[in-house]
Amino acid sequence: MLVPVVILTLLGLMLGLMLGYAARVFAVEGNEVAAEIAAMMPGTNCGQCGLAGCGAAADALVAGAAPATVCPGGGAPLAQAIAAKLGLTLDLGGLADQGPKIAEVQEDICIGCARCLKGCPTDAIVGASKQIHGVLHQACTGCGACVTECPTGAIGLRPLPQTLQDWNWASPSFA
Amino acid sequence: MGILERLNGGRWGVHPHDDHKRPAADTPLRVMPLPAKLCVPLLQHVGAPAKPVVAVGDSVLRGQLIAAAQGAVSAPVHAPSSGVVTAIGPVTAPHPSGLPFDAITITLDGEDRALEAAGVDDPLALEPAEVTRRIADAGIVGLGGATFPSAPKAQLGRKLEVQTLVINGGECEPYLSSDDSVMRHRADDVIDGVRILMHAVGARTALVGIEDNKPEAIAAMREAARAFAAIRICPVPARYPMGSDRQLVEVLTGKQVPAGARTASIGVLVNNVSTCAAIHRALRHGEALYRRIVTVNGGAVAAPGNVLAPVGVLVEDLLAFVGLKEAPARLVMGGPMMGLALPHAQVPTVKACGGVLALTAAEIARPAPSACIRCGSCVKACPMGLQPLEIAARVRAGDYDGAASLQLDDCLACGCCAYVCPSNLPLVQSFQHAKGTLWARAQQKKRNALTRELADARRERLERDARERAEAAAKRKAARAAQQASAAAPGGQEMPS
Ligand code: SF4
Ligand code: SF4
Repeated sequence: MLVPVVILTLLGLMLGLMLGYAARVFAVEGNEVAAEIAAMMPGTNCGQCGLAGCGAAADALVAGAAPATVCPGGGAPLAQAIAAKLGLTLDLGGLADQGPKIAEVQEDICIGCARCLKGCPTDAIVGASKQIHGVLHQACTGCGACVTECPTGAIGLRPLPQTLQDWNWASPSFA
Repeated sequence: MGILERLNGGRWGVHPHDDHKRPAADTPLRVMPLPAKLCVPLLQHVGAPAKPVVAVGDSVLRGQLIAAAQGAVSAPVHAPSSGVVTAIGPVTAPHPSGLPFDAITITLDGEDRALEAAGVDDPLALEPAEVTRRIADAGIVGLGGATFPSAPKAQLGRKLEVQTLVINGGECEPYLSSDDSVMRHRADDVIDGVRILMHAVGARTALVGIEDNKPEAIAAMREAARAFAAIRICPVPARYPMGSDRQLVEVLTGKQVPAGARTASIGVLVNNVSTCAAIHRALRHGEALYRRIVTVNGGAVAAPGNVLAPVGVLVEDLLAFVGLKEAPARLVMGGPMMGLALPHAQVPTVKACGGVLALTAAEIARPAPSACIRCGSCVKACPMGLQPLEIAARVRAGDYDGAASLQLDDCLACGCCAYVCPSNLPLVQSFQHAKGTLWARAQQKKRNALTRELADARRERLERDARERAEAAAKRKAARAAQQASAAAPGGQEMPS
């Protein structure tokens, strides 16, 4: 009589300890998914989403407060990746109409004040004080942070020009 | 045929009932008179565009270098005739998008004065590296359509110790006969080019695959190759896409090229017959690649045939030379299966342009698509062993990753599947679209990685600046405090007199 009771008690105790240990070691922190999503984002904290940076946007995504299309900088590919990660269905409608944009300095209005340099989260603007500034296409995320910095309104966002390299065939109609 | 059946477990590809190659292929070769101007594109090859070395207003001679190669994989561009450079800048590209690309526009003086050209008498006595250098300097690229610069390709072949050259005389696309014409009229040049290329690569044998619907070309090439045991002329069954390098290599050598690999990885290098003829001209005559034989064909053309035309001639001038019977419903550069529809006729030809088609409405008519009946015809036709119907279903649903997981990457865009589809589904275009979308995504991912790196670097720099500023401030404060302390100290500390 006593032996089975002792065995079962010990067994229960042991399994309980193991479970407790596992829960500690393999604990999934609440924001781990958020961290993973934050790692997928451009990481420029540009604020185009209207939230306080990429981390905040990732939290909002996990909490369900933001749509998968929250990040304009990441574009459709990022939205798709996020939707796949969180198991969301994606409506690209809000994104598609805009297309990627980049900043452009109008050289005849630029006074070379260098204020925009400080605003850019990716150091995409080159130029020194009293020199006309230019934007590196590859580095610009089109966040628009520089636009508001410019005292003369010389910076605007314009759609990324289409080139032969990135032109794509339209999806054909199957019916 | 036996090999074919064994290897592919069936009959891949299609056999168009009427290949429309004749009568154009049988007409004598014509030389096009010089047009008023040429627009010679800077990017006519895989790799970096060539960089102009002439300026607007410069006079140029035929064969003169006008744009130099940039980087390891690139090719220079030469003036096809003499004249004055009147513009360097965007012209409409021969591409369905109608987007521009950069070209050098030369207004010809009609005198066709040539630069002194220096060929060598015995290219086979040159060092292989020197042969390759001359091929590079002549701006030779793969003329079969792949446009990979020939010199780096030969170098790769030498590095990988390729023993077998496969010379592609397949030309399986309907309507086209420019390679056929080169083999018929310039068989000796082709064979000499093959020998020079074998020397450059260090290959021991060359197999020339020619589709058996070109008996005249086979006969001419056999005659030219008679004296050279290392070069074998191999008739292959006429079946589209026999001119695709993987298919031809498989039929000729029995070896299959692994997915995603180059033919060089199995010890074979593929070069087109026209490329070999160009290599002959470059080495023996010092002639750069600035003209080629172009097939002008299609129902709307009055006198279809093969035309020796300068590179960069406008399609409109080419069509004016052969004449039009009626307004074409569609202009195509290349063949009807894999060629590109042109936005209009004011686009230049490029080195790899083997044909220009002016097709009538009847020739391009295609019934409206209907639902897939899962007949499996496309699966049987696909030379790459793909399942076009399944891939298309994924693409249609926007599931591009699903399409990629079905080896969309291996698709040649040969169009066999769409050709046989009884439901007329736009299979190839949907694959092209999916490939473009996947490419754009990969590009965006790279971009994101770059901007993230930049943003991180910036954050780090700002933090470091702030830290350094704080440290400097602390140091200053400490120094000031020490000064004050010493000033406040009573007597004793005065400087000794
Ligand atoms: S799936 Fe691609 S490779 Fe296969 S038949 Fe269709 S176009 Fe050709
Ligand atoms: S050939 Fe056309 S109809 Fe037949 S299975 Fe393929 S896609 Fe469907």
